[in-house]
Amino acid sequence: MTIQTMLGLLAQGFLTTLAIFFLTLIGSLLLGLPVALGRMSRYGVVRGAIKVYISIMRGTPLMLQLMVVYFGPSLLLGLSLPANWRFAAVIVAFVINYAAYFGEIYRAGIEAISDGQREAAQVLGYTRGQTFFKIILPQMVKRVLPPVTNEVITLVKDTSLASVIGTVEMFTRAKQIAVAPNSPGMLTFVAAAVFYYVFNYVVAFVMERIEKAFDYYR
Amino acid sequence: MVLEMKGIEKAFGNLSVLKDISLQVDSGEVVSIIGPSGSGKSTLLRCATFLERIDAGEIRYLGEPAVTTNGQGEAEYVGAAELRKMKQHFGLVFQQFNLFPHYSVLKNIMDAPIHVQKRPKEEVRAEAEELLKKMDLVKRAEAYPCQLSGGQQQRVAIARALAMKPSILFFDEPTSALDPELTGEVLKVIRQLAEEKMTMVVVTHEMPFARAVSNRVIFMDGGVIVEQGDPEQVFGAPEQERTKQFLRNYQQ
Repeated sequence: MTIQTMLGLLAQGFLTTLAIFFLTLIGSLLLGLPVALGRMSRYGVVRGAIKVYISIMRGTPLMLQLMVVYFGPSLLLGLSLPANWRFAAVIVAFVINYAAYFGEIYRAGIEAISDGQREAAQVLGYTRGQTFFKIILPQMVKRVLPPVTNEVITLVKDTSLASVIGTVEMFTRAKQIAVAPNSPGMLTFVAAAVFYYVFNYVVAFVMERIEKAFDYYR
Repeated sequence: MVLEMKGIEKAFGNLSVLKDISLQVDSGEVVSIIGPSGSGKSTLLRCATFLERIDAGEIRYLGEPAVTTNGQGEAEYVGAAELRKMKQHFGLVFQQFNLFPHYSVLKNIMDAPIHVQKRPKEEVRAEAEELLKKMDLVKRAEAYPCQLSGGQQQRVAIARALAMKPSILFFDEPTSALDPELTGEVLKVIRQLAEEKMTMVVVTHEMPFARAVSNRVIFMDGGVIVEQGDPEQVFGAPEQERTKQFLRNYQQ
Protein backbone atom coordinates (compact mmCIF):
# COMPACT_ATOMS: atom_id res chain seq x y z
CA MET A 1 0.00 0.00 0.00
CA THR A 2 1.41 3.38 -0.95
CA ILE A 3 1.46 6.30 1.40
CA GLN A 4 -0.92 8.14 -0.93
CA THR A 5 -3.45 5.33 -0.67
CA MET A 6 -3.06 5.33 3.09
CA LEU A 7 -3.58 9.08 3.29
CA GLY A 8 -6.60 8.85 0.98
CA LEU A 9 -8.22 6.23 3.21
CA LEU A 10 -7.47 8.25 6.33
CA ALA A 11 -8.93 11.36 4.72
CA GLN A 12 -12.09 9.39 3.99
CA GLY A 13 -12.32 8.41 7.64
CA PHE A 14 -11.61 12.01 8.57
CA LEU A 15 -14.83 13.07 6.83
CA THR A 16 -16.75 10.89 9.28
CA THR A 17 -14.71 12.36 12.13
CA LEU A 18 -15.67 15.83 10.92
CA ALA A 19 -19.33 14.85 10.73
CA ILE A 20 -19.29 13.50 14.30
CA PHE A 21 -17.47 16.63 15.47
CA PHE A 22 -19.76 19.21 13.91
CA LEU A 23 -23.05 17.45 14.60
CA THR A 24 -22.03 16.91 18.24
CA LEU A 25 -20.84 20.48 18.59
CA ILE A 26 -24.05 22.02 17.26
CA GLY A 27 -26.30 19.63 19.17
CA SER A 28 -24.51 19.85 22.51
CA LEU A 29 -23.85 23.59 22.48
CA LEU A 30 -27.59 24.11 22.01
CA LEU A 31 -28.75 21.38 24.39
CA GLY A 32 -26.37 22.74 27.04
CA LEU A 33 -28.57 25.79 27.44
CA PRO A 34 -31.74 24.01 28.64
CA VAL A 35 -29.47 21.81 30.78
CA ALA A 36 -28.00 24.90 32.46
CA LEU A 37 -31.44 26.48 32.92
CA GLY A 38 -32.89 23.23 34.25
CA ARG A 39 -30.00 22.90 36.67
CA MET A 40 -30.90 26.37 38.03
CA SER A 41 -34.68 25.87 37.87
CA ARG A 42 -36.76 27.03 40.79
CA TYR A 43 -38.56 23.66 40.65
CA GLY A 44 -36.74 21.13 42.78
CA VAL A 45 -37.88 18.19 40.64
CA VAL A 46 -36.35 19.66 37.48
CA ARG A 47 -33.17 20.63 39.31
CA GLY A 48 -32.85 17.16 40.79
CA ALA A 49 -33.47 15.36 37.51
CA ILE A 50 -30.85 17.45 35.69
CA LYS A 51 -28.38 16.90 38.51
CA VAL A 52 -28.78 13.13 38.23
CA TYR A 53 -28.37 13.31 34.44
CA ILE A 54 -25.18 15.40 34.71
CA SER A 55 -23.82 13.14 37.41
CA ILE A 56 -24.29 10.02 35.25
CA MET A 57 -22.85 11.65 32.12
CA ARG A 58 -19.76 12.81 33.96
CA GLY A 59 -19.42 9.79 36.19
CA THR A 60 -19.31 7.03 33.56
CA PRO A 61 -17.04 6.56 30.54
CA LEU A 62 -18.23 7.98 27.24
CA MET A 63 -17.10 4.72 25.65
CA LEU A 64 -19.57 2.83 27.82
CA GLN A 65 -22.32 5.36 27.10
CA LEU A 66 -21.76 4.78 23.37
CA MET A 67 -22.32 1.05 23.88
CA VAL A 68 -25.47 1.61 25.93
CA VAL A 69 -27.00 3.96 23.36
CA TYR A 70 -26.06 1.70 20.46
CA PHE A 71 -27.01 -1.68 21.92
CA GLY A 72 -29.55 -0.61 24.53
CA PRO A 73 -32.60 -0.21 22.31
CA SER A 74 -32.32 -3.71 20.85
CA LEU A 75 -31.06 -5.49 23.97
CA LEU A 76 -33.38 -3.84 26.47
CA LEU A 77 -36.44 -3.02 24.40
CA GLY A 78 -36.13 -5.59 21.62
CA LEU A 79 -36.40 -2.90 18.94
CA SER A 80 -35.08 -3.64 15.50
CA LEU A 81 -33.09 -0.66 14.38
CA PRO A 82 -32.45 0.82 10.95
CA ALA A 83 -29.11 0.29 9.22
CA ASN A 84 -27.88 3.81 9.88
CA TRP A 85 -28.57 3.53 13.62
CA ARG A 86 -24.87 3.14 14.30
CA PHE A 87 -24.06 6.70 13.23
CA ALA A 88 -27.20 8.09 14.87
CA ALA A 89 -26.25 6.36 18.13
CA VAL A 90 -22.80 7.96 18.02
CA ILE A 91 -24.32 11.43 17.62
CA VAL A 92 -26.96 10.86 20.31
CA ALA A 93 -24.38 9.58 22.82
CA PHE A 94 -21.91 12.36 22.09
CA VAL A 95 -24.54 15.11 22.21
CA ILE A 96 -26.08 14.07 25.53
CA ASN A 97 -22.62 13.57 27.03
CA TYR A 98 -21.18 16.90 25.92
CA ALA A 99 -24.38 18.81 26.72
CA ALA A 100 -23.88 17.86 30.37
CA TYR A 101 -20.43 19.44 30.40
CA PHE A 102 -21.53 22.51 28.43
CA GLY A 103 -24.55 22.88 30.72
CA GLU A 104 -22.27 23.12 33.76
CA ILE A 105 -19.98 25.57 31.99
CA TYR A 106 -22.96 27.75 31.03
CA ARG A 107 -24.29 27.63 34.58
CA ALA A 108 -20.96 28.83 35.94
CA GLY A 109 -20.97 31.60 33.32
CA ILE A 110 -24.48 32.72 34.22
CA GLU A 111 -23.85 32.63 37.95
CA ALA A 112 -20.72 34.75 37.52
CA ILE A 113 -22.78 37.65 36.17
CA SER A 114 -23.49 40.13 38.96
CA ASP A 115 -27.01 40.40 40.34
CA GLY A 116 -26.81 44.09 39.49
CA GLN A 117 -27.21 43.27 35.79
CA ARG A 118 -30.43 41.40 36.43
CA GLU A 119 -31.66 44.09 38.80
CA ALA A 120 -30.91 46.92 36.36
CA ALA A 121 -32.87 45.08 33.66
CA GLN A 122 -35.71 44.35 36.08
CA VAL A 123 -36.05 48.00 37.13
CA LEU A 124 -36.04 49.11 33.48
CA GLY A 125 -39.01 46.82 32.94
CA TYR A 126 -37.43 44.11 30.78
CA THR A 127 -39.36 40.84 30.83
CA ARG A 128 -37.63 37.70 32.11
CA GLY A 129 -37.11 36.56 28.52
CA GLN A 130 -35.66 39.90 27.42
CA THR A 131 -33.38 39.96 30.45
CA PHE A 132 -32.04 36.52 29.64
CA PHE A 133 -31.58 36.88 25.90
CA LYS A 134 -30.48 40.53 25.75
CA ILE A 135 -28.50 40.95 28.97
CA ILE A 136 -27.46 37.63 30.49
CA LEU A 137 -26.84 35.35 27.50
CA PRO A 138 -24.43 37.61 25.53
CA GLN A 139 -22.32 38.20 28.64
CA MET A 140 -22.40 34.51 29.49
CA VAL A 141 -21.10 33.58 26.02
CA LYS A 142 -18.05 35.80 26.46
CA ARG A 143 -17.26 34.33 29.86
CA VAL A 144 -17.56 30.68 28.85
CA LEU A 145 -15.40 30.82 25.73
CA PRO A 146 -12.16 29.63 27.39
CA PRO A 147 -13.67 26.56 29.10
CA VAL A 148 -15.74 25.81 25.98
CA THR A 149 -12.53 25.82 23.91
CA ASN A 150 -11.15 23.17 26.25
CA GLU A 151 -14.18 20.96 25.70
CA VAL A 152 -14.15 21.45 21.94
CA ILE A 153 -10.52 20.36 21.75
CA THR A 154 -11.30 17.31 23.86
CA LEU A 155 -14.20 16.55 21.53
CA VAL A 156 -11.88 16.42 18.50
CA LYS A 157 -9.91 13.66 20.18
CA ASP A 158 -12.97 11.94 21.71
CA THR A 159 -14.45 11.33 18.25
CA SER A 160 -12.04 8.38 18.10
CA LEU A 161 -14.13 6.67 20.79
CA ALA A 162 -16.82 6.06 18.16
CA SER A 163 -14.50 3.29 17.07
CA VAL A 164 -15.75 1.16 19.96
CA ILE A 165 -19.08 0.48 18.23
CA GLY A 166 -17.48 0.06 14.83
CA THR A 167 -18.00 3.49 13.32
CA VAL A 168 -15.45 3.87 10.59
CA GLU A 169 -14.04 7.27 11.42
CA MET A 170 -10.39 8.16 11.06
CA PHE A 171 -9.10 6.25 14.07
CA THR A 172 -10.89 3.03 13.15
CA ARG A 173 -9.57 3.44 9.63
CA ALA A 174 -6.02 3.93 10.91
CA LYS A 175 -6.25 0.71 12.94
CA GLN A 176 -7.50 -1.18 9.89
CA ILE A 177 -4.75 0.16 7.65
CA ALA A 178 -1.99 -0.47 10.16
CA VAL A 179 -2.68 -4.21 10.32
CA ALA A 180 -3.28 -4.65 6.59
CA PRO A 181 -0.60 -6.51 4.60
CA ASN A 182 2.11 -4.23 3.12
CA SER A 183 0.76 -1.22 5.00
CA PRO A 184 2.96 1.72 5.99
CA GLY A 185 2.45 0.45 9.56
CA MET A 186 3.43 2.89 12.25
CA LEU A 187 3.46 5.73 9.76
CA THR A 188 -0.34 5.40 9.56
CA PHE A 189 -0.71 6.33 13.20
CA VAL A 190 1.72 9.20 12.81
CA ALA A 191 -0.38 10.48 9.90
CA ALA A 192 -3.58 10.13 11.97
CA ALA A 193 -1.93 12.03 14.81
CA VAL A 194 -1.04 14.84 12.40
CA PHE A 195 -4.66 14.98 11.20
CA TYR A 196 -5.91 15.36 14.79
CA TYR A 197 -3.21 17.84 15.68
CA VAL A 198 -3.79 20.11 12.67
CA PHE A 199 -7.54 19.94 13.23
CA ASN A 200 -7.09 21.04 16.84
CA TYR A 201 -4.68 23.72 15.80
CA VAL A 202 -7.40 25.15 13.56
CA VAL A 203 -9.98 24.80 16.35
CA ALA A 204 -7.76 26.70 18.80
CA PHE A 205 -7.11 29.39 16.20
CA VAL A 206 -10.81 29.88 15.46
CA MET A 207 -11.72 29.98 19.15
CA GLU A 208 -9.02 32.57 19.79
CA ARG A 209 -10.47 34.68 17.00
CA ILE A 210 -13.93 34.42 18.53
CA GLU A 211 -12.56 35.43 21.93
CA LYS A 212 -10.88 38.44 20.33
CA ALA A 213 -14.16 39.43 18.72
CA PHE A 214 -15.59 39.77 22.24
CA ASP A 215 -12.70 41.94 23.42
CA TYR A 216 -14.56 45.18 22.87
CA TYR A 217 -16.12 45.00 26.32
CA ARG A 218 -15.31 43.73 29.77
CA MET B 1 -48.33 62.65 45.40
CA VAL B 2 -45.84 60.70 43.29
CA LEU B 3 -44.91 58.01 45.78
CA GLU B 4 -46.75 56.82 48.82
CA MET B 5 -45.37 54.08 51.03
CA LYS B 6 -47.35 53.17 54.11
CA GLY B 7 -46.56 50.87 57.03
CA ILE B 8 -43.76 49.06 55.21
CA GLU B 9 -42.50 45.96 57.00
CA LYS B 10 -39.60 43.95 55.69
CA ALA B 11 -37.60 41.18 57.32
CA PHE B 12 -34.81 38.95 56.06
CA GLY B 13 -35.48 35.75 57.96
CA ASN B 14 -35.66 36.77 61.61
CA LEU B 15 -33.95 40.07 61.02
CA SER B 16 -36.45 42.90 60.79
CA VAL B 17 -34.97 45.53 58.45
CA LEU B 18 -37.86 47.93 57.96
CA LYS B 19 -40.32 48.55 60.78
CA ASP B 20 -43.53 50.32 59.93
CA ILE B 21 -41.91 52.83 57.58
CA SER B 22 -44.07 55.42 55.84
CA LEU B 23 -42.81 57.78 53.19
CA GLN B 24 -44.63 60.22 50.92
CA VAL B 25 -42.93 62.11 48.14
CA ASP B 26 -44.63 64.98 46.35
CA SER B 27 -44.01 66.03 42.80
CA GLY B 28 -40.85 68.12 42.48
CA GLU B 29 -39.61 67.19 45.93
CA VAL B 30 -36.02 66.11 46.61
CA VAL B 31 -35.76 63.83 49.63
CA SER B 32 -32.44 62.68 51.05
CA ILE B 33 -32.18 59.63 53.24
CA ILE B 34 -29.19 59.47 55.54
CA GLY B 35 -28.20 57.05 58.26
CA PRO B 36 -25.59 54.50 59.29
CA SER B 37 -24.91 51.28 57.36
CA GLY B 38 -27.55 48.68 58.02
CA SER B 39 -30.17 51.26 58.92
CA GLY B 40 -32.44 49.99 56.13
CA LYS B 41 -32.20 52.97 53.78
CA SER B 42 -31.05 50.96 50.76
CA THR B 43 -33.57 48.25 51.51
CA LEU B 44 -36.28 50.92 51.52
CA LEU B 45 -35.30 51.94 47.96
CA ARG B 46 -35.13 48.31 46.88
CA CYS B 47 -38.65 47.79 48.22
CA ALA B 48 -39.90 50.92 46.48
CA THR B 49 -38.45 49.65 43.19
CA PHE B 50 -39.82 46.10 43.67
CA LEU B 51 -36.35 44.54 43.86
CA GLU B 52 -37.37 43.28 47.30
CA ARG B 53 -40.86 42.16 48.25
CA ILE B 54 -42.29 43.79 51.32
CA ASP B 55 -43.96 41.67 54.00
CA ALA B 56 -46.67 44.17 54.84
CA GLY B 57 -47.68 47.68 53.89
CA GLU B 58 -48.83 49.65 50.87
CA ILE B 59 -47.05 51.20 47.92
CA ARG B 60 -48.71 53.58 45.47
CA TYR B 61 -47.34 55.45 42.49
CA LEU B 62 -49.32 58.48 41.29
CA GLY B 63 -52.23 57.18 43.36
CA GLU B 64 -52.26 53.77 41.67
CA PRO B 65 -51.78 50.90 44.12
CA ALA B 66 -48.87 48.54 43.42
CA VAL B 67 -49.00 46.77 46.75
CA THR B 68 -51.89 46.62 49.18
CA THR B 69 -52.39 44.80 52.46
CA ASN B 70 -54.97 42.05 52.59
CA GLY B 71 -57.20 41.01 55.47
CA GLN B 72 -54.46 38.89 57.07
CA GLY B 73 -52.13 41.89 57.14
CA GLU B 74 -49.93 40.51 54.34
CA ALA B 75 -48.67 42.50 51.40
CA GLU B 76 -50.41 41.72 48.11
CA TYR B 77 -48.79 42.75 44.84
CA VAL B 78 -50.69 43.52 41.66
CA GLY B 79 -50.18 41.09 38.75
CA ALA B 80 -46.82 40.75 37.02
CA ALA B 81 -47.88 42.64 33.89
CA GLU B 82 -49.35 45.49 35.93
CA LEU B 83 -46.28 45.62 38.13
CA ARG B 84 -44.06 45.90 35.05
CA LYS B 85 -46.19 48.80 33.84
CA MET B 86 -45.82 50.38 37.27
CA LYS B 87 -42.03 50.35 36.82
CA GLN B 88 -42.43 52.99 34.14
CA HIS B 89 -43.12 55.46 36.92
CA PHE B 90 -39.68 55.27 38.47
CA GLY B 91 -36.01 54.94 37.70
CA LEU B 92 -33.19 53.69 39.90
CA VAL B 93 -29.52 54.67 39.83
CA PHE B 94 -27.34 52.06 41.51
CA GLN B 95 -24.24 52.47 43.60
CA GLN B 96 -22.37 50.16 41.20
CA PHE B 97 -23.87 51.79 38.05
CA ASN B 98 -24.84 48.39 36.59
CA LEU B 99 -24.54 49.54 33.01
CA PHE B 100 -24.78 46.79 30.43
CA PRO B 101 -21.11 46.21 29.52
CA HIS B 102 -21.81 44.73 26.08
CA TYR B 103 -23.84 47.76 24.97
CA SER B 104 -22.41 51.09 23.85
CA VAL B 105 -23.30 54.20 25.86
CA LEU B 106 -26.00 55.10 23.35
CA LYS B 107 -27.50 51.60 23.31
CA ASN B 108 -27.51 51.48 27.11
CA ILE B 109 -29.71 54.57 27.04
CA MET B 110 -31.89 53.66 24.05
CA ASP B 111 -32.55 49.96 24.48
CA ALA B 112 -35.22 49.99 27.18
CA PRO B 113 -37.27 52.89 25.74
CA ILE B 114 -37.32 51.05 22.39
CA HIS B 115 -37.82 47.47 23.58
CA VAL B 116 -39.76 47.97 26.80
CA GLN B 117 -41.74 51.11 26.10
CA LYS B 118 -41.94 50.33 22.37
CA ARG B 119 -41.32 53.93 21.43
CA PRO B 120 -40.16 54.88 17.91
CA LYS B 121 -36.41 54.54 17.48
CA GLU B 122 -35.85 57.96 15.91
CA GLU B 123 -37.64 59.75 18.71
CA VAL B 124 -35.70 57.81 21.34
CA ARG B 125 -32.41 58.54 19.58
CA ALA B 126 -33.10 62.27 19.53
CA GLU B 127 -33.90 62.22 23.24
CA ALA B 128 -30.87 60.10 24.05
CA GLU B 129 -28.61 62.56 22.25
CA GLU B 130 -30.22 65.37 24.20
CA LEU B 131 -29.54 63.51 27.45
CA LEU B 132 -25.93 62.90 26.48
CA LYS B 133 -25.53 66.61 25.88
CA LYS B 134 -26.95 67.30 29.30
CA MET B 135 -24.55 64.77 30.86
CA ASP B 136 -21.65 66.23 28.90
CA LEU B 137 -21.00 62.86 27.24
CA VAL B 138 -21.76 63.56 23.58
CA LYS B 139 -18.30 62.43 22.53
CA ARG B 140 -18.64 59.11 24.34
CA ALA B 141 -21.87 57.95 22.68
CA GLU B 142 -20.19 55.03 20.91
CA ALA B 143 -17.87 54.11 23.80
CA TYR B 144 -18.38 51.02 25.94
CA PRO B 145 -18.77 51.29 29.72
CA CYS B 146 -15.31 49.79 30.37
CA GLN B 147 -13.76 52.72 28.50
CA LEU B 148 -15.36 55.28 30.83
CA SER B 149 -14.39 56.60 34.24
CA GLY B 150 -16.66 55.79 37.17
CA GLY B 151 -18.12 59.29 37.11
CA GLN B 152 -18.90 59.02 33.40
CA GLN B 153 -20.46 55.58 33.91
CA GLN B 154 -22.69 56.92 36.64
CA ARG B 155 -23.79 59.80 34.43
CA VAL B 156 -24.67 57.31 31.69
CA ALA B 157 -26.66 55.35 34.28
CA ILE B 158 -28.55 58.53 35.18
CA ALA B 159 -29.23 59.18 31.49
CA ARG B 160 -30.42 55.60 31.06
CA ALA B 161 -32.89 56.06 33.91
CA LEU B 162 -34.06 59.45 32.61
CA ALA B 163 -34.62 58.09 29.09
CA MET B 164 -37.60 56.15 30.48
CA LYS B 165 -39.20 59.48 31.48
CA PRO B 166 -39.86 58.43 35.07
CA SER B 167 -42.01 60.44 37.45
CA ILE B 168 -39.53 59.81 40.24
CA LEU B 169 -35.87 58.93 40.30
CA PHE B 170 -34.23 56.93 43.10
CA PHE B 171 -30.50 57.08 43.82
CA ASP B 172 -28.89 54.38 45.94
CA GLU B 173 -25.64 55.91 47.21
CA PRO B 174 -24.78 57.16 43.72
CA THR B 175 -21.28 58.36 44.62
CA SER B 176 -20.17 55.71 47.12
CA ALA B 177 -18.30 53.67 44.49
CA LEU B 178 -16.50 56.71 43.09
CA ASP B 179 -13.11 58.23 43.78
CA PRO B 180 -13.55 61.46 45.76
CA GLU B 181 -12.46 63.54 42.78
CA LEU B 182 -15.24 62.02 40.63
CA THR B 183 -18.14 62.47 43.03
CA GLY B 184 -18.42 66.15 42.15
CA GLU B 185 -19.40 65.62 38.54
CA VAL B 186 -22.17 63.22 39.54
CA LEU B 187 -23.48 65.43 42.34
CA LYS B 188 -23.52 68.35 39.92
CA VAL B 189 -25.83 66.44 37.58
CA ILE B 190 -28.17 65.53 40.43
CA ARG B 191 -28.17 69.13 41.60
CA GLN B 192 -29.08 70.25 38.10
CA LEU B 193 -31.97 67.77 38.03
CA ALA B 194 -33.15 69.16 41.37
CA GLU B 195 -33.20 72.65 39.88
CA GLU B 196 -35.35 71.29 37.06
CA LYS B 197 -37.80 70.03 39.70
CA MET B 198 -37.20 66.35 39.05
CA THR B 199 -38.76 64.34 41.87
CA MET B 200 -35.96 62.43 43.57
CA VAL B 201 -35.15 60.27 46.57
CA VAL B 202 -31.44 60.08 47.27
CA VAL B 203 -29.81 57.68 49.72
CA THR B 204 -26.46 59.29 50.40
CA HIS B 205 -23.52 59.75 52.72
CA GLU B 206 -22.70 63.15 51.19
CA MET B 207 -24.00 65.33 54.02
CA PRO B 208 -23.17 68.78 52.60
CA PHE B 209 -24.81 67.73 49.35
CA ALA B 210 -27.94 66.46 51.11
CA ARG B 211 -28.15 69.67 53.07
CA ALA B 212 -27.79 71.87 49.99
CA VAL B 213 -30.05 70.04 47.55
CA SER B 214 -32.90 68.45 49.51
CA ASN B 215 -36.26 69.82 50.45
CA ARG B 216 -36.45 67.20 53.15
CA VAL B 217 -33.96 65.01 54.97
CA ILE B 218 -34.84 61.69 56.56
CA PHE B 219 -32.56 60.13 59.16
CA MET B 220 -33.00 56.37 59.44
CA ASP B 221 -31.56 54.01 62.00
CA GLY B 222 -32.42 50.45 62.96
CA GLY B 223 -35.16 50.17 60.36
CA VAL B 224 -37.15 53.17 61.52
CA ILE B 225 -37.32 56.83 60.56
CA VAL B 226 -35.81 58.52 63.59
CA GLU B 227 -36.20 62.06 62.44
CA GLN B 228 -37.16 63.98 59.33
CA GLY B 229 -37.65 67.54 58.26
CA ASP B 230 -36.18 70.57 56.64
CA PRO B 231 -32.42 70.03 56.00
CA GLU B 232 -31.44 73.08 58.04
CA GLN B 233 -33.40 71.74 60.97
CA VAL B 234 -32.14 68.13 60.77
CA PHE B 235 -28.52 69.12 60.22
CA GLY B 236 -28.52 72.37 62.17
CA ALA B 237 -30.69 71.57 65.16
CA PRO B 238 -31.51 67.84 65.31
CA GLU B 239 -34.02 66.94 67.99
CA GLN B 240 -33.26 63.27 68.51
CA GLU B 241 -30.25 62.15 70.50
CA ARG B 242 -29.53 59.40 67.93
CA THR B 243 -29.44 61.94 65.10
CA LYS B 244 -27.10 64.22 67.02
CA GLN B 245 -24.80 61.30 67.74
CA PHE B 246 -24.74 60.21 64.08
CA LEU B 247 -24.00 63.69 62.78
CA ARG B 248 -21.33 64.22 65.43
CA ASN B 249 -19.59 60.96 64.49
CA TYR B 250 -19.87 61.94 60.90
CA GLN B 251 -18.10 65.22 61.32
CA GLN B 252 -15.17 63.66 63.11
